[in-house]
Amino acid sequence: MSHPLRGKTAIVGIGNTKRWNAPGRSPFDQLQEAAVLALEDCGLRMGDVDGLFCAMSTSGLPVLNVAERLGINPRHADGTMVGGASFLFHLQSAMSALVNGLCDTALICYGSNQLTAGGKLAAMPDPQPYEAPFKPRYPISSYALAAARHMHEYGTTRAQLADVAVAARDWARLNPDAYVRDPLTRDQVLSSRMVSDPLTRADICLVTDGGAAIVVTRAERARDLPRKPAYVLGTGVAVSHRQISAMPDLATTCAVESGQRAYAMAGVGPKHIRHLMVYDAFTINTLLFLEDLGFCAKGEAGALVSGGAISPGGQLPVNTNGGGLSCNHPGMYGLFTLIESVQQLRGECGARQIDGVELSLAHANGGVLSSQATAILGTAATL
Amino acid sequence: MATDPRFDGPGPDAQYLQALNEGRLMLQHCEDCASVRFPPALVCRSCGSPRLTWRLSPGAGTVYTATTVRDKAGDYNVALVELEGGARMMSRIEDVPSQEVRIGQRVSGRIVAGDEPYVVFTLADGAAA
Ligand SMILES: [Zn+2]
Repeated sequence: MSHPLRGKTAIVGIGNTKRWNAPGRSPFDQLQEAAVLALEDCGLRMGDVDGLFCAMSTSGLPVLNVAERLGINPRHADGTMVGGASFLFHLQSAMSALVNGLCDTALICYGSNQLTAGGKLAAMPDPQPYEAPFKPRYPISSYALAAARHMHEYGTTRAQLADVAVAARDWARLNPDAYVRDPLTRDQVLSSRMVSDPLTRADICLVTDGGAAIVVTRAERARDLPRKPAYVLGTGVAVSHRQISAMPDLATTCAVESGQRAYAMAGVGPKHIRHLMVYDAFTINTLLFLEDLGFCAKGEAGALVSGGAISPGGQLPVNTNGGGLSCNHPGMYGLFTLIESVQQLRGECGARQIDGVELSLAHANGGVLSSQATAILGTAATL
Repeated sequence: MATDPRFDGPGPDAQYLQALNEGRLMLQHCEDCASVRFPPALVCRSCGSPRLTWRLSPGAGTVYTATTVRDKAGDYNVALVELEGGARMMSRIEDVPSQEVRIGQRVSGRIVAGDEPYVVFTLADGAAA
């Protein structure tokens, strides 16, 4: 018996500003441009949007700010803020709202000027008094603590972490829209400046500007729109902690739960997935999510990536746009995972296109491995 | 306006800080499932019970994981320490070069008093991993 939300909605429009270094543009400028692009992509108008979903690290009242700027009066809205995974939480919320008639056209959107604002995360009113006295370099030290634990428990090596960065770069070199496309070797990563052991500068994602948006609607309407729909077959979300000191097991994330929920709704498993996007804010993320989403056994992701599986030409293409490590990372990267998955399903990816992609998994992370969200998208053939 | 007396008095953060300032590391123990809670809260994270009791902790623990933050002004240690019962706190391991801190080392705590007191750790005697 199929899940009542399986395949009932589809991503029909995508917008990506690709403005990774854009002085003079505010986060709202990036968001608005992306929203226009996404609606034009699917032939809908701003006035059609009646469900608004957004989150920004620079706005405490994003729905209000965005509705005003876009000139829309949504009858359903959700500004859930769980860091970079927010937009996949929004996707799950939009599916339910669409299927239950609370809205007909959902716009999920984001904008950031993190690079031109000085490369710093905007200070959020979210103090962590039990961690602050020890001055962890936020967020990298949190991921470094997880990486150190993973290395201790499973023998994961720095060279294996480096191979994640190299694979991402090799994909970016095939993507004309990636921000960084210079050649990168394992030795270059390993000799990069250490920032918070065991993570070096090259284990850390880019800092860029950017804007992204998607339009989601019910499947029966999606068929009448100009673009090949990317049907949402399953989603799953999970939350496990806020501060890294409260993470139950630093070598295992709650992507285990978000993944199981998404697989159950979609009625597929990792063995069916031939393309995936995982939120690689740091190299350790890719290893954790390959394991926790079931693409290899726990502790074996290091060996998987060092064998070339996730690189161009490998058996399991991962982060084919170049990822947060080499394509772009405006602070909350999650929506860009969905956009690449949609483009792969549409067959629009040029030199980096994977042949015959019918199913794609997009996974996003928020906070310090705190929130996890998984979405499984498919073409009409998978319905 | 009758309030529920179970929740009367200062909140858990205030009680924790007050004890630290009096020289005592106090941790919350769940009366229903025996979990140890840190950071302080009103509800057991394991079972949802509000029946938490403060008990004195000897401050003994082990290094769960650690990193060295490379700062222009000098490298320093940031660690997660697991105390008895499984409560885990961020802290630093002092009196040893940060690079020599290892997962599994036994450590003992010391309170740093002040407006916002906190606990730091040193390697326990004879500790090795
Ligand atoms: Zn309990």
